[in-house]
Amino acid sequence: MLRFIGSRLLRAVITIIMVVTFAFVVLRLSGDPAQIIMGADAPPEAVDAFRTAWGLDQPVWVQYFHYFGAIFTGDLGRSMRDGRDAIVLVVERIPATLTLTLPALFIKLALGIPAGIYAALHRNSIIDRVLMIMAVAGFTVPSFVLGLLLVLVFAVQLGWLPSGGQESWRHAILPVVTLGIGGAAVLARFTRSAMLEVLGQPYIRTASAKGVSWRDVVWGHALPNAAIPTVTIVGFMVGSLIAGAVVVESVFSWPGVGRLLVVAVANRDLAVVQCVLLLVAATMVTANFTVDMLYGVLDPRLRSGARKAGAH
Amino acid sequence: MSTLVTMRGLTVAFNGQLALRGIDLAISKGEAVGLVGESGCGKSVTWLAALGLLPGKATIGGSVTIAGEELLGAPAAKLERVRGGRIGMIFQDPASSLNPVHRVGKQIAEALALHRGIAGAAARAEAKRLFDLVGIPDAERRLDAYPHEFSGGQNQRVMIAMALAGQPELLVADEPTTALDVTIQAQILELLQALRREFGMALVLISHDLGVVAETCERVCVMYAGRIVEEAPTSRLFAHTAHPYTRGLLGALPPITGPRRRLSAIPGGVPEPWAMPPGCAFAPRCGSRMAACDAGTPAHTELAPGHGAACLRAMAPEYAEAVPA
Amino acid sequence: MSNDAPLLRAEGLTRRYAMRRGLLGRSVEVRAVDGVSLTVERGRTLGLVGESGCGKSTTGRLVLGLEAPDDGHVAFDGSPMPPPGSEPWRRLRARMQMVFQDPLGALDRRLTIGTQVREPLDIHGLGDAGTRGEKVASLLSAVGLRPDQAARYPHELSGGQRQRAVLARALATDPALLVCDEPISALDVSIQAQVMNLLVELQERLGLGMLFISHDLRAVRQVSHRIAVMYLGRIVEEGEPDAVLQAPAHPYTQALVSAIPHPGRAGTRIVLQGDPPNPADRPTGCAFHPRCAAAVARCAVDSPSLKARDDGRLVACHVAHGEVDALKRAA
Repeated sequence: MLRFIGSRLLRAVITIIMVVTFAFVVLRLSGDPAQIIMGADAPPEAVDAFRTAWGLDQPVWVQYFHYFGAIFTGDLGRSMRDGRDAIVLVVERIPATLTLTLPALFIKLALGIPAGIYAALHRNSIIDRVLMIMAVAGFTVPSFVLGLLLVLVFAVQLGWLPSGGQESWRHAILPVVTLGIGGAAVLARFTRSAMLEVLGQPYIRTASAKGVSWRDVVWGHALPNAAIPTVTIVGFMVGSLIAGAVVVESVFSWPGVGRLLVVAVANRDLAVVQCVLLLVAATMVTANFTVDMLYGVLDPRLRSGARKAGAH
Repeated sequence: MSTLVTMRGLTVAFNGQLALRGIDLAISKGEAVGLVGESGCGKSVTWLAALGLLPGKATIGGSVTIAGEELLGAPAAKLERVRGGRIGMIFQDPASSLNPVHRVGKQIAEALALHRGIAGAAARAEAKRLFDLVGIPDAERRLDAYPHEFSGGQNQRVMIAMALAGQPELLVADEPTTALDVTIQAQILELLQALRREFGMALVLISHDLGVVAETCERVCVMYAGRIVEEAPTSRLFAHTAHPYTRGLLGALPPITGPRRRLSAIPGGVPEPWAMPPGCAFAPRCGSRMAACDAGTPAHTELAPGHGAACLRAMAPEYAEAVPA
Repeated sequence: MSNDAPLLRAEGLTRRYAMRRGLLGRSVEVRAVDGVSLTVERGRTLGLVGESGCGKSTTGRLVLGLEAPDDGHVAFDGSPMPPPGSEPWRRLRARMQMVFQDPLGALDRRLTIGTQVREPLDIHGLGDAGTRGEKVASLLSAVGLRPDQAARYPHELSGGQRQRAVLARALATDPALLVCDEPISALDVSIQAQVMNLLVELQERLGLGMLFISHDLRAVRQVSHRIAVMYLGRIVEEGEPDAVLQAPAHPYTQALVSAIPHPGRAGTRIVLQGDPPNPADRPTGCAFHPRCAAAVARCAVDSPSLKARDDGRLVACHVAHGEVDALKRAA
């Protein structure tokens, strides 16, 4: 058990390090932050001064070690635009993002999973086909297209809902719906496949042959097995609670973490970008880790480690 | 002996293709009947149809009654009582026929609750008793194990215990030993015999192996292309084989003793459901074929008490010969 | 290449695997094959019988050189087997071939039968473009397929036809040795008979040496000139098929023979208690002793070696060799 957890933790840490390193290198290679922040017509001495002040004139690997050293003391850098601590900037935006992603997650689960189960139970019926067409549409349409369409219909044409900003709870409706639909579509399709796979297994027939009612076969025998692969996708969705709304936040001008990231990248605000990425990597990795642990709970076959010595 | 289950003219079609072409079968109380045939002959479909376990798109016709009550088209509640409670069924490949995420004790308790209204500690005690009955050692502890922690033979015992939990009058065993080693197969067949004797339970043993069926069953039905082509008491089937297909099956078995001879293999293969010959389904492969065989499907006729065959040749008296040794 | 040497000679083959037990990761050694020696003569068939976990499939792979043994060696036609994957090993493939249990899995779904039967000829550069086509046609006829079936894909054929196609492909390079690992288990009874007849006929015609691996004693008796019975990685008995089947010497063989279902069984059957053993959990002494009705105290301590009896039968059993005093039998 310990070995299992240990290896997973090690992988988690390595993943985070790789993400941050990647961001670090790419940001510095993609254009001179000092120039971009100071503006094109700033005098060269001012740009140089800026560069020195922020340590950008030192070799990349030196900056890298400084950065990692600083992390261990809790200092994740400061924003180059307004000088505030990066971590503060990011954290104060988290509630705004969660206001969108949490309800969206709820929609994904509440719509997607039942739709997938229903479609699987009524395979090849009209409802199944309609649901699956809707699902395909839902996850192929890019979120910004969907978002803009919704704005066009509900904000511009009908005038029922506002098109952007964060003033009232009504401003949250369209972004939440946009986020939720895409995820629900994916989940519906996936749950359907998982259910169909399980329903085709011999033990389902055994349960029926035992006299178990179809309802109990589905709930007691099929679902617990279908949950195993579904948990993977749900875990991924939970992992992207913090940063999964980048595009939607931009479309709806919602002041969350995603929007902060977009602006910071455009400005080459290095510390902020790195801080957001660190946070995203950490959340994703934690979610994956939890899913891995959850597998052990859901699937007893994984608990005893190596399978019994089977045929040669 | 009183009749327990009667099938009359049972037909099953998938997408318009007939898989079963009219099965007439009667199982008496406590009887052991073997159902033999190669893949695609419909031997499993027969019983899945009887218990309503086929997918919805199957079209089922005819009649299946248990002690007078019709099963085909019966309401779900009634079928659920019969399944496991009056007719139990065990399947091939026990490892994948048990739910991998439920402990085996729980799976047995489910059957006990459904058919005997036992729950809780009483159910656990009964489950343990069933485990002892089917020969699973260390029953108390093993009740909490998962199917993947058992071997193939033990899993089959668990399945048998689960099927017995409802105290059925008939146990249908669909290729129960095909996926198991030969020595384990022997154990399972012995177990089935012992249980039959103890409970006076009827047994239908479905297999592709004539030898397995012959040892365990009093009566054997041979199926081909969705029909029963021969039916006889076991001893008669081997001594006075009537149908050329049965003859072919027997000839295809490599002998254990005697000189090594070229096996009399039946040429060709089983016809597909959509390409059925006009007359007797076996005619294209039959060495004793006559012109009349292509005219229409031969009816199942009784040749001797309890011995019937669907073959025009068989009805000619010179055909009742012994199987070559 | 001397004609005195047997076609295939394997001595003391051993193959070990390390397996992790449980999440704690304690490594356990599993001896899939433990000191197996066998010989296949030209034009003759050796049948290898055993149940799951006995190591017969692994032995088949070792004999072909698909895996290198951890101990022991294999000599084909007098010369040692080159290491797997090496150039001489690849050239040797033309002389030895394998037929597997699942014909659908052994054939490429995307290629026609004709292409797949022809492939070995292309690989080993046999004949030229013109003659290869004729060879394919003659191979298909030899296994009972029609030449026009060369244009078919595997899924368009029945199980028996697929296995014939696999055989045709295996015979393309005129191999001297054919290793068949459960070649008929997945087929219907009447098709099994067809394939068995075909194997015997091909051997007679082409002088093939064969290693026939199966759990089905009846099939093994039908096609083999000699039988070896395996249990938990070792050969426990070896001899002429009829002799072994009529008068099995090893208690395991006795149980195996007795377990063969057939109509009109005379006498009682020997039913073994317990399950086939776990190779990772090998019993001490003789591997069979926990399930053996004739086991005595010595059997739990001393592992018997495969020795010849006076009548020529090879058995690995203290009791069968009469080395144990009947009075000393354990209760």
